[in-house]
Amino acid sequence: MIGVLRFLAQLALYVPLMVILGYFSSAPRFAHLPQDRALMRVSFSHAGERLRECHQRTPEELAKLPPNMRSQLDCPRERSPLKVEVELDGRLLLSLDVPPSGLHHDGAATVYRRIELPTGRHEIAVRMRDRPHGDFNHRATTTLDLPPGGSVLIDFDNARGGFRFRS
Amino acid sequence: MTRVNAISAARVSIGAMSGFRTTGVASNAAARPWVRIAAAIGRGLERAFAPEHNPWHQLGALGFYLFWIVTATGIYLYAFFDTSAAGAYASVEQLSSEQWYLGGIMRSLHRYASDAFAAIMLLHIGRELLRGHFASFRWFSWLSGVPLIWLAYASGIGGYWLVWDQLALFSITATAEWLDWLPLGGDAIVRNFIQPIDDRFFSLLIFLHIGIPLLLLAGMWIHIQRISHVHTLPPRSLAWGVLLTLLALAVAAPAASHAPADPTLLQTGLALDWFYLFIHPLQYETSPGIAWSFAAGATLLLCAMPALAARPAPREHARVDLDNCNGCARCADDCPYAAIAMKPRPGARAGQRFPVVIADACAGCGICAGACPSSTPFRSTDALLSGIDMPRRTVDDLRRELERALAGERGPAIVVFGCERAAALDSVRAEGVLALPLLCIAMLPPAFVEYALRAGAAGVVVNACHPGECEFRLGPQWIERRLSGEREPHLRTSVDPSRWALSFAGAGEERDLAQAVASLRAKTSAVEARGDRPRLRRLGNA
Repeated sequence: MIGVLRFLAQLALYVPLMVILGYFSSAPRFAHLPQDRALMRVSFSHAGERLRECHQRTPEELAKLPPNMRSQLDCPRERSPLKVEVELDGRLLLSLDVPPSGLHHDGAATVYRRIELPTGRHEIAVRMRDRPHGDFNHRATTTLDLPPGGSVLIDFDNARGGFRFRS
Repeated sequence: MTRVNAISAARVSIGAMSGFRTTGVASNAAARPWVRIAAAIGRGLERAFAPEHNPWHQLGALGFYLFWIVTATGIYLYAFFDTSAAGAYASVEQLSSEQWYLGGIMRSLHRYASDAFAAIMLLHIGRELLRGHFASFRWFSWLSGVPLIWLAYASGIGGYWLVWDQLALFSITATAEWLDWLPLGGDAIVRNFIQPIDDRFFSLLIFLHIGIPLLLLAGMWIHIQRISHVHTLPPRSLAWGVLLTLLALAVAAPAASHAPADPTLLQTGLALDWFYLFIHPLQYETSPGIAWSFAAGATLLLCAMPALAARPAPREHARVDLDNCNGCARCADDCPYAAIAMKPRPGARAGQRFPVVIADACAGCGICAGACPSSTPFRSTDALLSGIDMPRRTVDDLRRELERALAGERGPAIVVFGCERAAALDSVRAEGVLALPLLCIAMLPPAFVEYALRAGAAGVVVNACHPGECEFRLGPQWIERRLSGEREPHLRTSVDPSRWALSFAGAGEERDLAQAVASLRAKTSAVEARGDRPRLRRLGNA
């Protein structure tokens, strides 16, 4: 009798274990993106122009350097930070100043931002300045129809013509 | 709870006893509410499970067992898995649908056993926290367990990526965004997942899902190095119960995939596995920084627990007396924490080894003293010197106390040898009942039972902790086996079984101990009334 009662008691414990494991392994559902929203991601890695121009060393400057370091061209390593702006339907949505990477600020600057957008048709404009002075020197504009859960990626590849919208 | 020879069950608090030097180690378990909570959970489950099958006391073994289920099912799944990024999803779907009766079950079992592993791991941590098992000589086991939590989660989360569905894409993106929050420099990791990934990269994910569990297994092996007689498999009935539960769940609710991964169209509602992926919602509902604070904070807190614990009284470790040691190695065999190494000694015979106590690992439980054949009280020396002993509670002290106490009794008394962490001995101490506390019940050399009877005791009760609640893991098990003759040193079979009893009355179970004493007294009185009682003689040194 005790054996039967024990068996029933164990069953009564295994069933909740089953329910807990079964439920929390797939529920409650999580919506990382609300149903009426789409996602825009701005993601690229780009090395800005050098902060200062390279210059030819004079013979006097070269003489001051150790023989193994007498390179004619002196190019400061530090690069310009990137200035990035994104507009959605004419309204400024994102404005970033992205520093270059590296201890000497001589590496590429990396941008990654995720922005939730309302679904529907949108005009998206993106511009970037990758030099120390002057106006934005890279621009792109597009019009996109974003469905619920839709995703648009704004990428930048200088070799392929600059900004690209991928959706 | 009756085992070898009689009696009941209960738990501890020990009052000071005249002649018993204050130990400093003997924490009054009954005074610690967290320990009582842990004990209450165990005793609650004991209503359904036999004590030795109680899952509350088998959490470590269950963790290993679930790991093996996950491994076995994982190997099967890998045999059918397409390791390319483009083919992974289809191969998992094909296995789940076309081979639902085996492949599908294996997949579900793989998932649910992993979930159960996470749950058991958290329960294991909780139980050890409640019992205060994270400081002192346990620091190594505790600290070596902390990285296992990270490895377990890395294994579990990485497993979801291999299905390469929308959940995989969400999880890997969330993980990458979480890692990118750290100022490590370089390209953002998440950039790898916002466009279709290639097969080479997918192979890396597979490698991680094999490599990290292997590291986890290595870590689990290290985690148990400071304990001996480890059970890495639960009792058979419990193992079957868990396996059948997981199988039933696999049949009732087969694991399913989401839509294939598509970086351009994200699924908005995901059936998340909260056992592993809870960190992602935390990250999105708050921020990656807060999710990092949670993870790093919890890790630091766990790592700091040994230092934050209330400073215990100085712990004394066992001392070896080589003049009284014959190198039998029983102390090393019985030590629950692998704190005794048998090593050769200069000048000794070839092959002869002697115990060396590893002070840092020694719990100071005295189980080794109870295992030593030199601890028999029948030795005629004036001072009872054991081959290995506890300086603050020697077997010589125990013999002297016993003899002194028996000499002070008017008639035959019941002697209770009890673990100081089990049922409070004060509750039974009375005229005709002598109570002698021990650091752990397995510190009692079994010959003391016979010695007490020969010295005039009417009967002897040996009281151990409630099964599964021994502070030193193996005390009740060793004393039970020694008294029943299954383990050396054992109680001689010539000792009248009606005159001694083994009880398992833990802290708070003083009534059970009282019952055990009363029951033995009734039994010995009946024997005495029949005139069967053997003649007793006082031994020397009294």
